[in-house]
Amino acid sequence: MSFDPTITLFSCHYTSQQSCAEEGKELEQLGFPSSINLVRVPCTGKLQITTLLKAFEDGADGVYVVGCPEDECHNVKGSIRAAKRVAAVRAALEELGVEGERVQMYHLPRGLHPEFVEKGKEMDGRIRDLGPSPFKN
Amino acid sequence: MIVAERKPMAEIVEMVKDCKKVLVLACRGCVTVCSAGGEREAEILSSLIRLGMKKAGKSIEITTGSLVRQCDREYIDEIDQWEGKYDAVVSTACGVGVNFIANLRKDTMVYPALNTTFFGGSAEQGEWTEQCAGCGDCVLHLTGGLCPVARCAKSLMNGPCGGSVDGRCEIHEDVECVWQSIHDRLSSFDRSAQMEVIAPIRDWSTAGHGGPRKMVRDDLTV
Repeated sequence: MSFDPTITLFSCHYTSQQSCAEEGKELEQLGFPSSINLVRVPCTGKLQITTLLKAFEDGADGVYVVGCPEDECHNVKGSIRAAKRVAAVRAALEELGVEGERVQMYHLPRGLHPEFVEKGKEMDGRIRDLGPSPFKN
Repeated sequence: MIVAERKPMAEIVEMVKDCKKVLVLACRGCVTVCSAGGEREAEILSSLIRLGMKKAGKSIEITTGSLVRQCDREYIDEIDQWEGKYDAVVSTACGVGVNFIANLRKDTMVYPALNTTFFGGSAEQGEWTEQCAGCGDCVLHLTGGLCPVARCAKSLMNGPCGGSVDGRCEIHEDVECVWQSIHDRLSSFDRSAQMEVIAPIRDWSTAGHGGPRKMVRDDLTV
């Protein structure tokens, strides 16, 4: 059964800074999935586990974080911290009997690179395959 | 500090499955320091309980609060501020806190969110190791400050045993042989002769083997 997922993306300001160019139209033209709601954060290292969980509570079928490459984080260890928190959320989802793949971490170069769109499509496809969030019961 | 870790979520959700309103109660003592049951962890747990209940097709109202400590009567009384907001308390304190709520509030159902593990310390961020067993008869003055009760797998009083190899314990290569460490440390203070003093058979009644322990200080009672 196909469905239109709701996906929340928390992206590092530096990674996504060009994604808002032309009011996001460039992203749209590149095929960035419309299912993804982009939330820009100053640094993914500031993201708390509760913020990621809240996205699921608010109805997201999937949540992912895009931060700087591990060795090139503007704030040194921000994206490494984010990855650890994403891993903690993944473990917690699995404890609740929910697919851990619903939450992901990507380390991508700064600026609007093709990978930013590719990973968006990848996440969109993954969540479509998994189906609606079990938390929407 | 007392070190603890969160119980598996399936276990916690099972505890509260019939509740309509729950108070998730953090403790700002030891479990905050070991990042298991402080305010941040209580917020995370609240979110996970809500998600777990949603998955089960149930709704639950959660209030999240915290006490300075859950091991003193004066702080336990502060639970009154949440009167009417819960069917049960899910405590993120150590086992002492859960017991204290159960002891002092006869009408309050309380559930433990944590498994209380040991008395330990954190030498590296995110890592805790057991350092004390609370045995009630400290021998650290004889062992260079290193505890054989808590840190020797056999709690030997006259170590090391034959399983000590290259400073490691036979139970696992990651575990130090504390008796080797005791030897090395005493030697560095020119006190290795202490190793040859035979420790007598120990009376373990102070370690809880004589039943629950209690301490009364007349200078403090009112």
